[in-house]
Amino acid sequence: MPGVDGFMYPNEVELQWSILIVLYPYLTGLVAGAFILASLARVFNVKEVQPTYRIALLTALAFLLVAPLPLQLHLGHPERSIEMYLTPHKTSAMAMFGFVYLWYLLIVLLMEIWLDYRKDIVILSRTKTGFMRLVYRILTLGSQNISEESRRVDDRVGLIVTIIGIPSAFLLHGYVGFIFGSVKANPWWSTPLMPVVFLFSAMVSGIATVLLVYQVVNKLRGQPVHMFCLDAIAKYLFYVFVIDFSLEMLDLVHRIYESDESFRSLDFMVHTKLYFSQIILQIMLGTLVPLVLLGANQVMKFGESTRRKMYTVAGILTMIGIFAMRWNVVIGGQLFSKSFLGYTTYKVEFATREGLLPAIALLLLPLGILWVLLKLLPPGEEEQTA
Amino acid sequence: MEQDMNRRELLKDTGKFVILSGAARVAFKTMQGETVPEPEKDKYKAAEHWWGMTIDIDKCIGCGNCVKACAAENGVPDGYFRTWVERYYVSDDHPEKPEVDSPNGGMNGFPVMDRPDAKSFFVPKLCNHCADSPCVQACPVGATFESPDGVVLVDQKYCVGCRYCIQACPYGCRYLDPRKNVVDKCTLCYHRITKGLTTACVEVCPTASRQLADFKNPNDPVHKFMRENHVEVLKPHLATGAKTYYKDLDGSVR
Repeated sequence: MPGVDGFMYPNEVELQWSILIVLYPYLTGLVAGAFILASLARVFNVKEVQPTYRIALLTALAFLLVAPLPLQLHLGHPERSIEMYLTPHKTSAMAMFGFVYLWYLLIVLLMEIWLDYRKDIVILSRTKTGFMRLVYRILTLGSQNISEESRRVDDRVGLIVTIIGIPSAFLLHGYVGFIFGSVKANPWWSTPLMPVVFLFSAMVSGIATVLLVYQVVNKLRGQPVHMFCLDAIAKYLFYVFVIDFSLEMLDLVHRIYESDESFRSLDFMVHTKLYFSQIILQIMLGTLVPLVLLGANQVMKFGESTRRKMYTVAGILTMIGIFAMRWNVVIGGQLFSKSFLGYTTYKVEFATREGLLPAIALLLLPLGILWVLLKLLPPGEEEQTA
Repeated sequence: MEQDMNRRELLKDTGKFVILSGAARVAFKTMQGETVPEPEKDKYKAAEHWWGMTIDIDKCIGCGNCVKACAAENGVPDGYFRTWVERYYVSDDHPEKPEVDSPNGGMNGFPVMDRPDAKSFFVPKLCNHCADSPCVQACPVGATFESPDGVVLVDQKYCVGCRYCIQACPYGCRYLDPRKNVVDKCTLCYHRITKGLTTACVEVCPTASRQLADFKNPNDPVHKFMRENHVEVLKPHLATGAKTYYKDLDGSVR
């Protein structure tokens, strides 16, 4: 059979989860990571990352709005997806995603952003004219009170929301990991480490995203890109990355040492079909190189422009590496037979419903949404008006 | 004008036919009422059954009749299988590395292969109708479920097509029906067994290798089969509660 080495159960030849399902944990991870970085500023009062606070929140929102779209596009019957909310099957790891998602979107992210921007929104609703005035008036949700007292209440409630938000962000992405980690039929996925690895890789990718977005956005807006801020983000990225890499290596070493019935099959796959995406992209280019670049900055002192370049390269490689990690989990988990006797091939289609084109569109869409959000809710407004 | 006449005649004749055939139907029904008793409604009681299957490996000759009959009975799309047959070659040097093939699911039998260095046998596969089904557990909307009589079914009007159940099945028994974009699988011919018939695959098996089993029926031969043979399910370590029992299953089978 074309594309098949060895023996696959006949129904296994066709891959069920496409590149769109690779995007799902990728996008969700960026959300969780960006939010956790924002909470560093808010809850733990890390002054250095304060300038990224609002950008990180808006980035998280932009990606969160897009996160369920690849799932929706992938479903055989998208019009029935509402059933996941109306008649959720309580033993299903997937059924709860909708609720975790809504909780995170409505209670955590939108609430925190609204509370933080409330004063700006009220002022904008008074200063803008025409259609935009109407938009801002709606966004005030009817509350025009921006007295000192009301701002103090906003702050206190906002802090509580953020404190609830941190475990929620952990839940959001740890949960995505559980969807894969709980499939006992698939030894490539089935490990209790999966949610933890997903969580830390989410933080890595989210922090890297903010590191890049902060630079680009502030350049475009003509705002300063503070070096102390970049240094702090890079430091956090490095530490979280070390934990993430250790966990992934622990998983790998454990698999090699235990060498259970699936090992021969998985080992073969890593050396052949997944060699490029796993060894080259994920581990070497996507992990070791950024770790060296970021790590060097923790022990040596480089010039400002060199540092900026090193951080940017590390950030981009990290984003690619984490995407490769999601690919290796989702696609890699479907390339081998559950009989451990053969392998199939995944050919990415292009302009089909689950092809490369919609995948690229879905990756660009959050950036478009972020641009609109930045126009609507300028992050620098507070400093200017305060 | 002539056309009108013809139409009138046609209408008259049709009228006569309708009246006469109506009368015939009444007459036939009356007659049927006298001679053939009406079938009892809801005669089948799900709670009185617990379905599974037994497969005698040594009896399977790999003819592929079961695969063909299943496809015909259930309208299985080409290239997908509710049941299929695998051929194993297990050499004495490497019993842990069997060679397996299943050309077109074994539907048209197998090409002859002379391998004196290995033992060879056929393994028919189908949904194991697990009592603790990982696929049922995974379905986010409850479209796939275990019936009270122990059959794992899919409500195709409810399935969202997320394919999580396909990932969750350790045996590769599920597929997405490309015509309907919903998941499909072996129903143990539920439409037949609830009418007192056996499954299509069992019906056509020339060596009686496959047997439908009702574990709740004390007179079912399955009890004797289970008592007198060495039986095993596929991948027992996964504890799925599989109810397809194989007699003399070789340890190399996955």
